[in-house]
Amino acid sequence: MSARQAKRELGRSALIFAALGDRNRLLIIARLSSEGPLSISRLTHGGSVTRQAVTKHLHVLANAGLAGSSKSGRESVWQLEPEPLDAARRCLDSISVQWDAALNRLKTFVER
Amino acid sequence: METDRIEKRVLLRAPRSKVWRALADSTAFGEWFGVTFAEPFVPGARLSGKVTLKGYEHLPFEITIERMEPERLFSWRWHPYAIDPKVDYSGEPTTLVVFELEETAEGTLLTVVESGFDGIPLARRLDAYRGNEKGWATQVKAIERYVGQTS
Repeated sequence: MSARQAKRELGRSALIFAALGDRNRLLIIARLSSEGPLSISRLTHGGSVTRQAVTKHLHVLANAGLAGSSKSGRESVWQLEPEPLDAARRCLDSISVQWDAALNRLKTFVER
Repeated sequence: METDRIEKRVLLRAPRSKVWRALADSTAFGEWFGVTFAEPFVPGARLSGKVTLKGYEHLPFEITIERMEPERLFSWRWHPYAIDPKVDYSGEPTTLVVFELEETAEGTLLTVVESGFDGIPLARRLDAYRGNEKGWATQVKAIERYVGQTS
């Protein structure tokens, strides 16, 4: 990792930690994780935090790359997105590398 | 973005019958795959093997054979991210691995497709990728504990 990359990673980590350093935002993350994608109304319902505050928190999470929204009809639906999807892709890549190694061993095995 | 399947193609400079034996004979299969089996591969059979690859010897290795069409197709199911010996994965979805053989002038063209990753809980995939301590599922549990304590 170059110094520039490292600095960027650090900057991103700082954003993430700042975003997580709030109890209401942690609650939102916990709910998005256990209940899946939710609209702002659903996130506001039953809590003591106003719709405006929830919206603000979601934007802080989005800015740190922890949550994202997509339109569903007239409402925006929020979910924990970029990080897990990215990781899912990397996860598949690691399995893919294992298959390459296994097939190389098969090649050696049948061609000897 | 494709997250459900992996596809590999490899040209093996060997006759199709030899490649088939390397796949369908559980002892031969184990030699290159890195696992030992006590029983033969039979459609429908569920086998438990012992991993022989260095560093992975502690892992369980269970596969269920699906189809065996001599010299043409061999398929089985398994739990792709079964990396924690303490966890019982038997109730979770599996992925399907299909080997297809095709004779060519140069040898045997082998295609391997592993599919069904999207059916595996994302948290499990993340845990498997990052190691058990750092996965999202674990993190979120820690967050829930923390939030529960401070409310």
